[in-house]
Amino acid sequence: MTKPIIEIENVGKCYRIGANKEPYLSLRDEIVKFTSRLRPGIKNRRPSETDFWALKDVSFNVREGEAIGIIGRNGAGKSTLLKILSQITPPTRGKITMRGRVASLLEVGTGFHPELTGRENIFLNGAILGMSRAEIRKKFCEIIAFAEIDKFLDTPVKRYSSGMYVRLAFAVAAHLEPEILVVDEVLAVGDAEFQKKCLGKMGDVAKTGRTVLFVSHNMQAIRLLCTRCVLLQDGNVAANGDPADVTSSYMGSDDNCTGEKSWPLATAPGDDTVRIMSLKTMNGEGDVCSDFSSDKDVFVEMLLDVRSIDAALRVGFELLWQDGTVVFTSHHNDAAASEWPALSIGINRLSCKIPPGLLNKGRYSVAPRISLHCTRWIVHTPSSIQFNVYVAHGNNEFWVVSTPQPGVIRPILSWIKV
Amino acid sequence: MSQSEFIIAPSKRWLAVNWQELWHYRDLFLVLAWRDISVRYKQTVLGIAWAIFQPFVTMIVFTFIFNRMANISSGDNTPYPVFLYVGLLLWQYYSSTLTNASGSMISNASLIQKVYFPRLIVPATAATTGLVDLAIATVILMGMMVYYGIMPQLTGLLILPVLLMIAVLSSLGMGMALASLNIKYRDVRFALPFFIQILMYVTPVIYPVKMLNNYPVIKELMLWLNPISGVISTARAGLLGQGVIDYGVLGISLLMSIVYFVAGLYYFRSTERYFADIV
Repeated sequence: MTKPIIEIENVGKCYRIGANKEPYLSLRDEIVKFTSRLRPGIKNRRPSETDFWALKDVSFNVREGEAIGIIGRNGAGKSTLLKILSQITPPTRGKITMRGRVASLLEVGTGFHPELTGRENIFLNGAILGMSRAEIRKKFCEIIAFAEIDKFLDTPVKRYSSGMYVRLAFAVAAHLEPEILVVDEVLAVGDAEFQKKCLGKMGDVAKTGRTVLFVSHNMQAIRLLCTRCVLLQDGNVAANGDPADVTSSYMGSDDNCTGEKSWPLATAPGDDTVRIMSLKTMNGEGDVCSDFSSDKDVFVEMLLDVRSIDAALRVGFELLWQDGTVVFTSHHNDAAASEWPALSIGINRLSCKIPPGLLNKGRYSVAPRISLHCTRWIVHTPSSIQFNVYVAHGNNEFWVVSTPQPGVIRPILSWIKV
Repeated sequence: MSQSEFIIAPSKRWLAVNWQELWHYRDLFLVLAWRDISVRYKQTVLGIAWAIFQPFVTMIVFTFIFNRMANISSGDNTPYPVFLYVGLLLWQYYSSTLTNASGSMISNASLIQKVYFPRLIVPATAATTGLVDLAIATVILMGMMVYYGIMPQLTGLLILPVLLMIAVLSSLGMGMALASLNIKYRDVRFALPFFIQILMYVTPVIYPVKMLNNYPVIKELMLWLNPISGVISTARAGLLGQGVIDYGVLGISLLMSIVYFVAGLYYFRSTERYFADIV
């Protein structure tokens, strides 16, 4: 059997987070540190609690042609692992052996220069990603066709719409042909159709026998694209195996099944337009709840801090099933304008009722989604809270309603003989 | 595939330069240099003429102040404006390379944090783009030499590549060290403009070296520590026929520029792996 194309052995990465979180040191600090070192009795070793191990002990192998999905919560070490694999930062301990040409894509459009034209940026970005001029020239037409920007090829990219910009950036990256491709969550950009195109391209890459490492919060994409999935938790490998198993155990892991999630102001998702302060699932009595009977209402309540009113503001959420499938997406202004709840500056409490008799038995999660319609995302985070549903609806006198039945939803539809 | 096997491990302090890898990334070097050159004068009316305009106007102003008002002369019958212009050209190359190289890692921080490539390319690009401005501004020099009827010596033209090499090596050497210091200590950003201003006065830009004959210690220190001063005086000898080419001085400058380059390279290489973490 051939050697694995990537061998990751006991890799750890430590960041020093000083008591004062200065992003950089000034020379004066260093002089103070130096002089304090000269005087005995003064402790000059920083205490170890300022050491932060973003990765603790990660080991796994990747065989040629495998597509590995890497999942985990924010701060689990996914991005750090990718940075080490792409040689941007060295590990603190451990060793990685790579047997192939690596290209990494941690961001779309790295190095794009706003003053340069689309054509020039293709060459610039291609070179930055490791393509030779000849290679870029060979694929130039394909890249333009993929990005659908042929009319604006000689326009500086600073005049591009954000959608065009992202399409061009991804198009260049999609035409990389390394032996090992390392991709961070870069597919959550562009409109749905373009996302689909990107996922398709990623799938093609994986199918041609190249090795792909893919970080994503999109469990569906992981299950579609990957042959194996690694779950990182607090800097360690918590699970490594079949994507379907690992993703559903990750989605089902208990720590956010409280029915409520709130964020401190400083880290609340959002921007200067609106921030989401908390997210809850509640029952009809107004109590926070994470276990629902399917014959009762489920209320999803969002607490928003609205700073400015924008006509294009859409507040909503995705409801996901335990395997990551999106059951539906709902927004506060899906209905006729006369029925929209009016948002005002300040704190707004929005509640959405999921009617009884719709959901099946299982675990659902809620991922908040706030956007300026067709312009940009304001909040696009992975699922934040989860709840369980037990089937209790229906008035069939003969079957036990709780009998498991496949399906993401379980509506009772009307049947007639015609 | 085993030939492309490589290992990622905790860093050692000093890593020898991987010339093969640098060669592999030559396209990136060229593209980045081209980017810096083509972006510099975008959306300007004068465009590339700025590269001529700046040294030319400086030359006129300095000639008026230092030659007419302060009575500093070229030291012999060489016309002061052309004498000054040779100094200004080389000095501007040197100082702009120092400034650009020392800021280059920070201005390319987004690249450094997202993509791997030999980091050396970034300051090297800064040293290369300055050469383009130098070449453009040389057109004025040629015009002035025709105007004053000065014929360069053949040896003067032949040693030009050596002079350029000294200028590149010394400015790049110091630029690399400053670039990597700048990542850790942003003090560099404040200290450097001041340092460069001072340094110009201890470089024979506006005055001839022999004006320092009464201060032998300063003269010796300048020749040893500041390779660009040897470059300027040799260029004046070789191109303008001001005195004879002093190969001893040239040798010292070459030696010191190599020392600066190796020291800068060493410091840069021994710190570069952590750039992405602290930039």
